[in-house]
Amino acid sequence: MEQTLQMMSLGLVLAPLLASVVAGFAGDWIGRRGAHSVTIFCVAISFCLSIYFVNHFVLAAAAPINFTVYHWLVIQSLQLNVGFLLDALSSMMAVVVCFVSLLVHIYSIGYMHDDPAYQRFFSYISLFTFMMLMLVFANNFMQLFFGWEGVGLVSYLLIGFYYQRDSATLGSFKAFMVNRIGDFGFLLGIAAVLASFSSLDYAAVFAKAASLQQQTVTIWYGHEWSLMTVICLLLFIGAMGKSAQVPLHVWLPESMEGPTPISALIHAATMVTAGIYMVSRLSPLYELSNTALNVIMIIGATGALFLGLLGIVQNDVKRVVAYSTLSQLGYMVCGLGASAYAVSMFHLITHACFKALLFLGAGSVIIAMHHDQDIRHMGGLRRYMPVTYWTVLIGSLALAGLPPFSGFFSKDLLIVAVSASGLPATGYATACLTLGVFVTALYTFRAFFLTFHTTPRMDETTRSHLHESPAVVWLPLVILAIPSALLGIVMVSPVLFASQTLFVNTIHVAAHHSAMAELATEYHGAFKLMLHAFVTVPFWLALAGILVAWLCYEKYPASPAWLIKRFNWVYRLLLAKYGFDQFNQTFVVGSTRTLGRFLYQVTDVSLIDGFVNGVAAVTGLVSSVVRRIQTGFIYHYTLAMLLGLAGFLIWLLWG
Amino acid sequence: MVSLANYLMLSAVLFGISVAGIVINRRNIVIILMCIELLLLAVNTNFVAFASFWDDIQGQIFVLFVLTVAAAEAAIGLAILVVIFRQHHSIAIDELSQLKG
Repeated sequence: MEQTLQMMSLGLVLAPLLASVVAGFAGDWIGRRGAHSVTIFCVAISFCLSIYFVNHFVLAAAAPINFTVYHWLVIQSLQLNVGFLLDALSSMMAVVVCFVSLLVHIYSIGYMHDDPAYQRFFSYISLFTFMMLMLVFANNFMQLFFGWEGVGLVSYLLIGFYYQRDSATLGSFKAFMVNRIGDFGFLLGIAAVLASFSSLDYAAVFAKAASLQQQTVTIWYGHEWSLMTVICLLLFIGAMGKSAQVPLHVWLPESMEGPTPISALIHAATMVTAGIYMVSRLSPLYELSNTALNVIMIIGATGALFLGLLGIVQNDVKRVVAYSTLSQLGYMVCGLGASAYAVSMFHLITHACFKALLFLGAGSVIIAMHHDQDIRHMGGLRRYMPVTYWTVLIGSLALAGLPPFSGFFSKDLLIVAVSASGLPATGYATACLTLGVFVTALYTFRAFFLTFHTTPRMDETTRSHLHESPAVVWLPLVILAIPSALLGIVMVSPVLFASQTLFVNTIHVAAHHSAMAELATEYHGAFKLMLHAFVTVPFWLALAGILVAWLCYEKYPASPAWLIKRFNWVYRLLLAKYGFDQFNQTFVVGSTRTLGRFLYQVTDVSLIDGFVNGVAAVTGLVSSVVRRIQTGFIYHYTLAMLLGLAGFLIWLLWG
Repeated sequence: MVSLANYLMLSAVLFGISVAGIVINRRNIVIILMCIELLLLAVNTNFVAFASFWDDIQGQIFVLFVLTVAAAEAAIGLAILVVIFRQHHSIAIDELSQLKG
């Protein structure tokens, strides 16, 4: 049985790679139809296998399987392996990845229909699925890092998919650079793990973690740091890069330059959640450091509120959703900080569904608008695109967190869990998350009303061409709308509160981090939770957000302009995105350029070039003198030879 | 009786004349080739003289080898000369200085 499961997991991971290779290298040969058929088929295989795994490891609660596939490198006692860890957490994550990936594959048939680089696109998204699955199933840090870098690479390729556009290449470049900073910390964290545990296997590291809790290291001269805090924070820097947390979030809005299906798959549903997954996976380490958890909570809460606010002033429909992703990732990270890993994972899953739905819905609108993404040019699309309208409405309600939609359960429980955690940052985090609910509802429904309600503002030619998108586009929307609406009710009890919860074998929560335990005592079933919602603050805040959005954009369309005039400094602050980009441009880029110019002019031009050119100049000077000896006349050479001979003879005889 | 010293003197004089011919001559390559022949003959004279003096046949055998090689070298030299003439329509040494630095 175990043998079979191992083979199945190999098939699950490698099928998308195979599809990617076929579509990528034999793309011209198999054609457009062949490319999407083979990739969809292989991802469908992965999806079916992951469903089986969920059934086996989650529902049947089978024991985790940890096995090595391949010895990659052996350096004395250090073994670097490719190995898989099959358990509830990885299965759940895999099913989310495969589900969204499969739907995005199908959706792309419609969305990328007119694109000349069709095969390349399908090859990339399958490659992404492979990399993500490698990351998810990794049983050691090295493979985690492989998948981590792999998804980063594919993300780079896909943001720059329209490489003829300057903004796309710059966006991909920015994403890559910012992720590099995160990965630098991540790599240092892995190195610290290796140095202190002398192993990179999860199992070995977790087994030894508790014994090293009191260990300290000296980073700065004379300052002792807890080893666990250092490791956790370094690894979390990697998560900040990948999961776009403050201040490394700046790449995510830029990544909207990629095709919309990619935004749904990579920059909303799966890749950006890699950081959340990683922290959940490494919960036995994070549980040992309260400092790290506090930092995580503060960073997450900051992102959840303040990056959400930016979504209110954006006019690009994709960017609104992008900022909402940043905000929701902040929620998840904050939950991690409260040791409520299971709730964060739950929010990750529901978020993957409704955020993919919103992105694909936005894509559907963009198709109808002939690739105009500005919501100021939309309006009144409800009449033309009923399927898109209703599915996006479900997604928006889920995102805003209204019962009975899935987002309500995950977000509400997340806020309760955070408020129940006893860490010093609890107050700040709870306030941020609670206010964030209002902001979330506001920007979501602002975009929603401006797109689907209000009077149409597009020009006449566009309006006459408006129609519902083809079935390959709206079918994934409908399929995603179902879990967006229902997943919460179905999953909340088994995931979080059953006596044997789904993640019981995989997520470790220390006894003194009581958020989850307190949550469980207050929980009395999904329906009670929904009824209870009517007396909680977040619910009314969400309703208020929707109401404000309705008032400002539907009822009194003149009011936003008045607000902008009245609170001009706030508006400009939000429009400048708190100046992060400006700061980076001025200080990071500016100082790097100054340093580069210094190195170029002083080191390179003066020192290195001076030396190299000097050698050449001296050689030329000497040879211009010496060359006069070489006359080209044979008799001169003969004479020199004779004189030399004579000289030697004289030396021999009389010397 | 001609003594060994006389032969060596003759050989030295021939050698000197031929070296002078090579170095001083500026006009043409044929003279250089002839001078080289003369150079070898001077050496041959030395060989024969010493062979006779020491009553050793080896010197004379060596002379035959030298003559053979000289003949071959002359043939190659003349061939090169012909090629040079075809290229430059001249065999004046002063004009052959492409290797000038």
